[in-house]
Amino acid sequence: MDDLLSEFLTETSESLSVLDVELVKLEQNPDPGILQNIFRLVHTIKGTCGFLGLPRLEHVAHASENVLGKFRDGELEVTPDAVTLILQAIDRIKLILGHLEATESEPEGSDEDLIANLNAMAEGRYTAAAAPAPEPAAADTPFPVAADLLAEVEAAYAAGKKAASEAEILAEMEKERQSEAPEPAAAEPAKAAEPKAPEPKAPEPKAPEPKASVPAAPPSPPAVTKAAEPPAPTAAPAGESSVANQTIRVNVELLENLMTLVSELVLTRNQLLQMVRGRDDSEFTAPLQRLSHITTDLQEGVMKTRMQPIGNAWAKLPRIVRDLSVEMGKKIDLQMLGAETELDRQVLELIKDPLTHMVRNSADHGLEGPEERKRVGKPEIGKVVLNAFHEGGHIIIEISDDGRGLNLDRIKQKAIANGLASEAELDGMTPQQVYQFIFKPGFSTAEKVTSVSGRGVGMDVVRTNIEKIGGTVELKSQPGRGSTFVIKIPLTLAIVSALIVECANERFAIPQISVLELVRTTNSSEHGIEMINNAPVLRLRDRLLPLVSLKKLLRLQGDTADEREETFIVVTQVGTYTFGIIVDRVFDTEEIVVKPVAPILRNISMFSGNTILGDGSVIMILDPNGIAGATGESGMLGGAQAAESGVVREGRGDAKTSLLVFRAGGEDLKAVPLALVARLEEIDVAEVEYSHGKPMVQYRGHLMPLVSIDGSTQFRDEGRQPVLVFSDRDRTMGLVVEEIVDIVEDRLRVELSTGDTPGVIGTAVIAGKATTIVDAGYYLPQAFGDWFGRPDQEYGADDHQAPRILLVDDSPFFRNLLTPLLSVAGYDVLAVEGPDRALALRERGDDFDMIISDIEMPGMNGFDFAQAVRSEGRWQTTPMIALSSHATEKDFERGRQVGFNDYVAKFDRDSLLQTIATMLAATKGAA
Amino acid sequence: MNQIVPAKRQGTDLANPETQDYVTMFIEGQLFGIPVLTVQDVLGPQKITRIPLAPREVAGSLNLRGRIVTAIDVRLRLGLPKRSEENKGMSVVVDMAGELYSLMVDQVGEVLSLPEAKFERNPPTLDPMWREFSAGIYRLEDKLLVVLDVSKLLDFSKSD
Repeated sequence: MDDLLSEFLTETSESLSVLDVELVKLEQNPDPGILQNIFRLVHTIKGTCGFLGLPRLEHVAHASENVLGKFRDGELEVTPDAVTLILQAIDRIKLILGHLEATESEPEGSDEDLIANLNAMAEGRYTAAAAPAPEPAAADTPFPVAADLLAEVEAAYAAGKKAASEAEILAEMEKERQSEAPEPAAAEPAKAAEPKAPEPKAPEPKAPEPKASVPAAPPSPPAVTKAAEPPAPTAAPAGESSVANQTIRVNVELLENLMTLVSELVLTRNQLLQMVRGRDDSEFTAPLQRLSHITTDLQEGVMKTRMQPIGNAWAKLPRIVRDLSVEMGKKIDLQMLGAETELDRQVLELIKDPLTHMVRNSADHGLEGPEERKRVGKPEIGKVVLNAFHEGGHIIIEISDDGRGLNLDRIKQKAIANGLASEAELDGMTPQQVYQFIFKPGFSTAEKVTSVSGRGVGMDVVRTNIEKIGGTVELKSQPGRGSTFVIKIPLTLAIVSALIVECANERFAIPQISVLELVRTTNSSEHGIEMINNAPVLRLRDRLLPLVSLKKLLRLQGDTADEREETFIVVTQVGTYTFGIIVDRVFDTEEIVVKPVAPILRNISMFSGNTILGDGSVIMILDPNGIAGATGESGMLGGAQAAESGVVREGRGDAKTSLLVFRAGGEDLKAVPLALVARLEEIDVAEVEYSHGKPMVQYRGHLMPLVSIDGSTQFRDEGRQPVLVFSDRDRTMGLVVEEIVDIVEDRLRVELSTGDTPGVIGTAVIAGKATTIVDAGYYLPQAFGDWFGRPDQEYGADDHQAPRILLVDDSPFFRNLLTPLLSVAGYDVLAVEGPDRALALRERGDDFDMIISDIEMPGMNGFDFAQAVRSEGRWQTTPMIALSSHATEKDFERGRQVGFNDYVAKFDRDSLLQTIATMLAATKGAA
Repeated sequence: MNQIVPAKRQGTDLANPETQDYVTMFIEGQLFGIPVLTVQDVLGPQKITRIPLAPREVAGSLNLRGRIVTAIDVRLRLGLPKRSEENKGMSVVVDMAGELYSLMVDQVGEVLSLPEAKFERNPPTLDPMWREFSAGIYRLEDKLLVVLDVSKLLDFSKSD
């Protein structure tokens, strides 16, 4: 049987049994929660039927859903009559399912009577008298073929239920005995059932036919029995076994207990091993070793029972999307990345439905039809991308489409109509806040209710389900460019490898996945921790690494780090933000099972959970995201890793950047991105020498030109002067400043652009103060332009020999940063803010020697851009470099696949320049 | 723990539905009680992992047969001074919405069956902090028993 169908059957039978109970509950107590649950179950059945091509089921479910919808909206009262009617519909669904299970197709027949009643109920003109007991559909079929006979039996059961429960019991018994001992036992109970089950009489004339097709059937019993019986040993048991026996459903609690027991076993094993280790010749050694192996295997096995790749939850999506595209007349390309990401089975079950809903929503509401897409200049084929990956102890699932985005106005209208907000309130909201309304119950902006979606089931359920497992869902949308949902689920119950560290005699676990490297520092070593106004930093391979003291962060008591002979720094990465955590000691790594912390501790963002170590002690698991957040860095640089629930940040403009704040050339504060600063130095003013009237110092065996911010170099009379060292390949330049104030992480949003003022990008509010953002790139040519006797004017447009580079980046900050940098390196740079503009240049006929493109851009991202460039036009062979803050192996691979020649991490200026040079040289060589 | 045994068995008389069973415990000499059915375990001194940044009353967490239990220092919760070093203390483990909490007290006493007739509301003069955590008072012959409201005791949302 089709996997999809079999899964549907299992799932639906479960839902149906829940529905029976819930409906009865509803009748006694019309609670909105119960109603919501019923509505959702029926909605799911309806939706799935639609995709599987089961029109009968779909229609019945649809009609029931209509009635339930009226209940929910309070338009209809929950009366026993109404519930009876819904129950009848459920029975009908069961009947059809029974047939489906046996034959893989819906029985023929019509449910119009039932649907008419349901519709009458929905319109409020239904009376109980009009409700006849539902005629089993299969009875309408006058001449059933062998395959249909089973349905007849099913129908008989169904009818028997209405007539007398005795018949039902007998029929059940018959069925059971038939499967156990088909020959002698079958006839008798079937006979007993005969008078109560009139329907099987219908196939009487056809009895010889099934008999012929199933020669093993008993030859002599009366015709009626034959009619009911022959298909039973063949179709029924086969059908049952194929669906029900392949898997067994085990209570998760049972698995959980098993897991606990195994953990205990492992602990005991470890203790035993410890005891025997001291004695070489122990007779226990061999059996203990065996015990050890078995225990390990057992542990792995039990753990595996809980873990499943997320791809399992996606398996039916391609089909759903395909069917949807047919139904809606859209062209949809569903891309699924990271299907192998494993997560806890329980979590998987819970996100399955939300995921299906969201993909459906993206495809249905998000994507436009092909004509509309063509009209707005998008590729005809709409894209829905699912991406799953691990990040900092969480699983992130992104669902994005390149459709029309959310309709802000309609959401506003709807919010007003539903009384969720007033017009005045809405006016004061940002678009992102307005988008949040789609997570409210009963909220749907689809203009018409389709069979696919648009009933307001969905986003609120999605959110509820995700929050139930401690996750968050966030939404980004850009009109005309598409929407992205980011689901973040904690790895609760999932197994992670963790580094155990110690700080102030307390042990903590850090998820290994976010640990980049470990650095050991001692007081005497040359790479010690340095302080900038009480902010600890570490020089790590020509970079300044901001540090966080775990002890201070967690307010631990104990001997201070200064008094310690050696400390360790755990270099941690969150998104693109790299920082070091200062700890006292580092132990081993351990596989841990993340358990959620008690509810009273959940507000402590530093911990993502806790766990029990091999030695039985409880240990807290640090959350690198939380630590980054506490130090001011939210890890948003990558754009995709939304950190705080509920708040959706808008793109990279809001991302936080580490900035070095200083004073130079006046009292006002100035700042440069810390990542650009290679080192901080203090030079002795006595060492400053002059050549050509330019100040410089001997620094690390080279001459380093010194540049001041406003051109007028004013050194202190004596003592030491702080200098920011910028490094550009083998050149080094010192920017003389008066005072280094602080290192802060803040949003870098340049609010005032100073226009023509050279060396200044603009003014931004940094840590609450107006701060001038200095363009470091400007000072490099100043130093070297003068130093090498080459004035600035030689660079840029005048130099026709300079290779032309097209820079595509949506962030003005990076454009401002890279343009001067590349100009200094001798390239002719044209920077545009998006792929659209870039492609317009292509249409115009511009040629470039190289294209450098950002990856995360609103609307068309870098991957799509590369594909567009490679697919046609004059730039097909132009070398392309991807520039991204996501620099994982997977991204590299993806980048190469879509046509990028190389992939460079943002901020890594050296490798960018090197890559450009190498690639241009290669192109030239080839040409 | 051994005292929890049947000395008062006759008090659990089924014929008398108006009695309630309480696990009793002592803090600073005061007798407290919590309904016996909410209690999962009674523990001696345990190795507790401190939780940084947690509310002061949260003593830490401990491993109880593979489950992580959050330990609450009831003394601090009631605004009493910290326990002295030599008193190792005992704990009563309760289940609260599926989570286990260990209530650290000075000593755990016997199980008492108390008739409803002896139950009284909190006297209005009771310290407001105690009034919040006390579900009422039982008049015993020689002393008074404060019934702890475990759900309020573990509700940290207000105190923060």
